[in-house]
Amino acid sequence: MTSPATIVINGKEVQFTGGQTILEVCRGAGVPIPTLCHDNRLKPYGGCRLCIVEIKGVPRPLASCTTPAEAGMEVTTESPRLTRLRKTVLELLLSNHPNDCMCCEAAGNCGLQTLAYRFGARLDRFPGEQWQLPIRQDNPFITYEPNKCIVCGRCTRICNEVVMAGTISLVNRGFEVMPDTAFAKPRSLDNCEFCGQCVSACPTGALTDTKGRGLGRAGDVTKVKTTCTYCGTGCNFFLNVRNDRVIRVTSDLNAPVNHGNLCIKGRYGYDFIHHPDRIRTPLIKEGDGFREASWDEALTLVASRFKALIDEFGPEKVGGFSSSRCTNEENYLMSKWVRTAVGSNNVDNCARV
Amino acid sequence: MPDIDTLFLFGSNPNEGHPIISLYLKEAIANGARLIVGDPRKTWMAKRADVWLNLKPGSNIAMLNGIINVILENGWENKAFIASRTEGFDELRAKVKEYDLDRVERLTGVGRDRIIEAARLYSQADKAMIVYGLGVTEHRTGTENAMAIANLALVCGQIGRPATGIMALRGQNNVQGASDLGPLPATLPGYQSVADAALRGKFEKAWGVKIQDKPGLKSVEMLDECRRGNFKGIFILGEDPAHTDADAKHVQEALAAVDFLVVQDLFHTETTRFADVILPGASFAEKDGTFTNGERRIQRVRRAVTPVPGMAEWEVICRISTLMGYPMAYNHPSEIMDEIAGLVPIYGGISYDRLEEKGIQWPCPTKDHPGTTTLYTDLFSRPGGLATFMPLDHQGSGEVPDEQYPYVLITGRIREHYNNGSMTRRSAGIAEVVPEELAEINPADAAALQINDGDWMRVSSRRGELKVRAKVSDRSQAGNVFMTFHHQDTLTNILTSGFRDPITGTPEYKSCAVRIEALG
Repeated sequence: MTSPATIVINGKEVQFTGGQTILEVCRGAGVPIPTLCHDNRLKPYGGCRLCIVEIKGVPRPLASCTTPAEAGMEVTTESPRLTRLRKTVLELLLSNHPNDCMCCEAAGNCGLQTLAYRFGARLDRFPGEQWQLPIRQDNPFITYEPNKCIVCGRCTRICNEVVMAGTISLVNRGFEVMPDTAFAKPRSLDNCEFCGQCVSACPTGALTDTKGRGLGRAGDVTKVKTTCTYCGTGCNFFLNVRNDRVIRVTSDLNAPVNHGNLCIKGRYGYDFIHHPDRIRTPLIKEGDGFREASWDEALTLVASRFKALIDEFGPEKVGGFSSSRCTNEENYLMSKWVRTAVGSNNVDNCARV
Repeated sequence: MPDIDTLFLFGSNPNEGHPIISLYLKEAIANGARLIVGDPRKTWMAKRADVWLNLKPGSNIAMLNGIINVILENGWENKAFIASRTEGFDELRAKVKEYDLDRVERLTGVGRDRIIEAARLYSQADKAMIVYGLGVTEHRTGTENAMAIANLALVCGQIGRPATGIMALRGQNNVQGASDLGPLPATLPGYQSVADAALRGKFEKAWGVKIQDKPGLKSVEMLDECRRGNFKGIFILGEDPAHTDADAKHVQEALAAVDFLVVQDLFHTETTRFADVILPGASFAEKDGTFTNGERRIQRVRRAVTPVPGMAEWEVICRISTLMGYPMAYNHPSEIMDEIAGLVPIYGGISYDRLEEKGIQWPCPTKDHPGTTTLYTDLFSRPGGLATFMPLDHQGSGEVPDEQYPYVLITGRIREHYNNGSMTRRSAGIAEVVPEELAEINPADAAALQINDGDWMRVSSRRGELKVRAKVSDRSQAGNVFMTFHHQDTLTNILTSGFRDPITGTPEYKSCAVRIEALG
């Protein structure tokens, strides 16, 4: 790291740190630059050419994602020429992309759709051959629609660079290039971790979460930011909620711990929330089984039985097991309950077991 | 973390247990960090390690003493750090001298070349970090194992600078917070001792009751008392000890013996079978609150959907307490956090409005304190601020293989499932890709027992037996077999032993002796 220096972006001086790319400096300064192949979790790639900028003294536009900022650079991020070039790039991508946003799972959450709309790209500028490949649903989690792939390589790079799972890579050459598993074998635990990182990186509808398909798109859901309930890493993500049901989990790219990365449990381990096996009402033991009871009846029984045991045997014969699965506030209350309402110090949690 | 020069991963398999942390370790390795792995299993990381210390289960202290001895014999220690930041070095030197390479090879089963190379890589690195997991703590010598790791870090001065230090990977989402907030028998919320009159007085004033000055019983001790008929009532919140505690039969007997048992959980579990009253729990998606992660970061949990049972656990505890004559009432969990901030100095500056965007790492004593990312940058949390070396001896596991029970059972987790599996087994897709327990057995052992991949086998210990399918894999070394505890129809913990760490009470999940028979 060198000491801060400055570049000029659209006539405004902006500080940067050594090693930053022009794209990073611009975005840090709140200057928007369109990208499709860029993902903060990945190394710069320079594939999609949408992030091109003009630099004073350089004859041709450069990809800002792969160009390091240098002191004194004068950068222009918007110009008629850049707009024309970006629009052409998008139209080339659309020349081999199905025109089915109305029923696409990614509509409303699609980089290609957003940018095509923003630049007024035409679908028919470059008519030609289009992929006609079948949808692949060879596993429980990840649906692959190759026809929607723009070959940005984000899925294959996150799989190899970040997860190092090596499940998919770009196969074939030329027009036939696409991400795929080795020998197009179905995804299984033999070749895939099912972390869904590729889905989170995909800017189009090529890779989508199978379990949420048809249940609601970006515009239909409320996103609730929360913290994962599984291991102690503390990953954040968004619960996507529609009609009081969690229908999907999506990445929070700003999460301080996981930066949008998730594992199979965080991304796909949510169905238990609405599972029919959930216990819905209090249950009181009766004979060999249990009978349903109201909260009032059950809690009155619980309170009176504990009270009777404390009165008869003393508070040191009653205690509570708190839970590493519950919230801080609940653990505090459990600790308080044992020390106040019960009157002992017999309270422990499952950290030791 | 990506700046680490040498990573020493000890008794931890983050690819399975902490997949997202493993991503940062992988990045460090991709950036050129050297990797030492201490693990009896040939894990993903072990396969890619510069040095794999394939030690026998239960030989952690011998392993670490041996490494320290090599470091001292070669003069690779950090003399300046030892002189200025530590005490008790001569005692340590004398102790580890007893662990020469011949003895350590014999105790650990690890070849001397690997031991020397591990000592060199760790001690000679500019920035070396130790990441350890439950393979260290889930032994009867768990506390001493962790101390032995601290000895190594201190000898080399690999602590208190960025990309150095010792990182313990915590198991459950809120295992840190659950310890911080006081459900511990000897400490009030914030690790404030019940024996300290001034601290006790602070809580007595706030809570309006007299608090007992004697520590209470640990969970395992409460269960022991239950078996003796000496314990009468337990409220178990969101826990399944009948499935996940070691020596599960022993636990089940205890739960059957207690007079009155209340269990609150999302699903019916092994433990709810013993309940007198089952209360339905609310999942993390159904309530507001906070979790504290393994790096002490307090983060928000938010209510996204209506609680299935109508109310969350915090409301249930309030109602029970009020009915018992000690009124508790809060409009929202944020009010509970405000009360915590007033009583727990390390959480003193925490309030929900500050957690809106990002979490805060404790200690955070005041409202304007930014939180603390690195501990012990210049002083250790002991009187005088110096770290003390602890001379330790190899003890081994409580139960070691013999003629009757010739294999060592190691238990642990896999990435796809979580603990008792009650949640992941009910998540579509996960149950499909990992529908059942598979016990990993080495190809040589499998051949000797005439067991093929997928065959049923009987695994028995002195405490119980079960049937399980075999997965023949060199991830298990010869003599070891590995099982998870994620499946209710394969209660692995009826096999595990009752040996525990005397200080923490943590059971020896990582090592017990079993017999294996082919069932075809």
